[in-house]
Amino acid sequence: MSASAKSWALHLGLIAVLFAAQFGLPSYHATNVSRIMVLAVFAMGYNIAFGYTGLLSLGHALFFAAGMYGMGLPIWTLSWAPIPALIAGLVAGGALAGLVGLLALRTAGVSFMIVTLMFAQAGYLTLLYLNTHTGGDEGFVVDSAARVIAGFDLSTDAPRYMAALILFATAMLICLWLVRSPFGRVMVAMRENEQRSRMLGYNPFRVKLTALVISGLYAGIAGAAYGMLFGYVGATFATIQYSILPMLYVLLGGAGTVIGPFLGALLMFYLIDITSGYTTAYLFVVGAALVVLVLFAPKGILGTIRERGLKWLP
Amino acid sequence: MTKELFGLTPSRRAILKGAGAGLLTAGFAAPVWSQSAPIKLGFQLHRTGIGAAYGRWYERTAQAALKVVNDAGGINGRPVEIVFEDDGTDPKRGAEVVEKLVSQAGCDLVFGPLFSHVVIGTAPRAAELKVPYLVCSEGYHVASGMLNRWTMQPGITDVHAQVSSMAPWVLANLGKKVTMVFPDYAFGHDHRDFFTAAVQANGGEVIAQIAIPPTETSFTRYLPQIPADTEVLYHVMVGPAVLTFVKELGEFYGSGPRPEIFGFIDSLEAVDTASPGLEFLEGTHFWEGHNRVKQADASEHETAYRAAVGVDDNGASLSDAKDVATYAHMFSVWETLHVIKAGMEASGYQSIADRQKFVEAVEAMSDMPASLAHVQGDKKFNGKTHQVFGHQFISKVEGGKLMRVHTTSLEDGMYEDAVDYTSQSF
Repeated sequence: MSASAKSWALHLGLIAVLFAAQFGLPSYHATNVSRIMVLAVFAMGYNIAFGYTGLLSLGHALFFAAGMYGMGLPIWTLSWAPIPALIAGLVAGGALAGLVGLLALRTAGVSFMIVTLMFAQAGYLTLLYLNTHTGGDEGFVVDSAARVIAGFDLSTDAPRYMAALILFATAMLICLWLVRSPFGRVMVAMRENEQRSRMLGYNPFRVKLTALVISGLYAGIAGAAYGMLFGYVGATFATIQYSILPMLYVLLGGAGTVIGPFLGALLMFYLIDITSGYTTAYLFVVGAALVVLVLFAPKGILGTIRERGLKWLP
Repeated sequence: MTKELFGLTPSRRAILKGAGAGLLTAGFAAPVWSQSAPIKLGFQLHRTGIGAAYGRWYERTAQAALKVVNDAGGINGRPVEIVFEDDGTDPKRGAEVVEKLVSQAGCDLVFGPLFSHVVIGTAPRAAELKVPYLVCSEGYHVASGMLNRWTMQPGITDVHAQVSSMAPWVLANLGKKVTMVFPDYAFGHDHRDFFTAAVQANGGEVIAQIAIPPTETSFTRYLPQIPADTEVLYHVMVGPAVLTFVKELGEFYGSGPRPEIFGFIDSLEAVDTASPGLEFLEGTHFWEGHNRVKQADASEHETAYRAAVGVDDNGASLSDAKDVATYAHMFSVWETLHVIKAGMEASGYQSIADRQKFVEAVEAMSDMPASLAHVQGDKKFNGKTHQVFGHQFISKVEGGKLMRVHTTSLEDGMYEDAVDYTSQSF
């Protein structure tokens, strides 16, 4: 079997397994997997910026929240229908990423991390400051009537799971196409050696900005979908925690791998879910797990597997 | 010395026998549970995160109330269990926790959260799961109509009523020109809006509103904004910043004249008012939802409650005088558990199929007389808005202790209904 065929088999197989899982999983875990699939889309977007292009951002919560509020506010204040609201969330994430990128990409490395962190913090405080229009720190509930698409009520379990799966599958296949496309190769070239890429005639600023906008589109649609599927929009999702989470998902699953973000989100979700039942220091356990990972498998789970055998893993 | 009892003079042996028999009988009198499974109540607990100080005491209060309920025969003759699950004081995790409690642990209902963003983030999922969700949040989000028919707040008065009910006394006793200092986000804005409206309705005037950005760690540049003709300074800072705020306020006014000062105890929950640096609070006033310091006229129920939750007369843990309780709020957990008991018994609750009947039974409640079930005082529940209304207390710091000077009436806090949840479908 060719590398391409193996790759397609793996990714389509994952979608098939996730489709089948909804019929076998207990309801608690089925809902968890719905959440994980949406969070994995967020992490896939982060992976496009960090894993493939080498842009270590600490501000992706801003793009996730932009998508969430971009979807939620038009519903809350203007009674928009769900599809236009979701599109507004998608566009809000991408547009804000473009805007931040125009300024932040003048820096690199640690400076880029700090600048993106500052933008995200400014965004969070803006949500609090504009309390009257955003619901402030308390947030707001998305009207259940606005969570019905084509007769499917997204506040019920089966349609919600399918909506999350469709989003996840679409995002994953686009990501797979992207990283195997010529532009995807250029992204990796930027990550590996920016100077050499520039010598070859590529414009690093333009490539990185494009990657960041794509990353923002992923974060935006993930935020919009999370708000719509689970019925709540709140400023907590704009805090630093939600910038760090996708990074952890990507690091755990494997930066620069298409399935890595999903695997990382899945493992991290259940690591917190299970350990929090035993200790209040569950974040310490998460931290310890990451230290072990960085020491013994710095490329993450799938990155290590690719290094040691499955060279074809995209 | 042996006293004659009813004409009999018992010997020491007889007394010992009697005491032994009494103990045995007491043992037999303990609830003998039938074979039926226990009622499982899920508790969404702020064990970690910014609500941890509250969570620690909410858990203790829930355990104490559980013991009282089980000692009195449980609910509908069945023992009661509480399953605690930490939500990290995070709305995303909150919704997951409710699902875990209901779907995994098999809880009949969920109760206990305090922080508004967690409640608002969780309530939609509770409604989707069609599980009663009884919050102890004091937020106005229940009665405002933002939430749903499955979400109720029967254990604590909301901030709208709390703030409004304070205004008449503050204006009549402390002054009519008010300057407000509050954090610049939703919690502070609730105070700003409700108190300003109540001040205007009672013939006073809010002459300045000073909003403090949530990232501030020092307040010296805001204090000069307090107008010189301020008669009452209303403050409601929260978190670690409150200690700095009070200290800097003291330095700002020094030993010179200062306005009367009125604050919300939220600023100092779990903080000893006699702490170094808080001397400036002497002679100032606070709202309290429940008097931290045991008052001279404390009822027998209040006394029993205080002992059950392990709090001394100063409002600190019996085992550690430095561990100050979140006393102004935690009674809500105790009272909510007793409302759950009353609601389940009124509806003849047997299984999760009766969840809707339970909600309807709570909605049918109205007067809640002061009792061991309602230790903070009598209350009135509004079934349409799913919100309870209770008395509020104004206390003055005297000798580092909060001593009550005023109790509001139930009517002081009541306002027009903004929603009728009973007209909504399940």
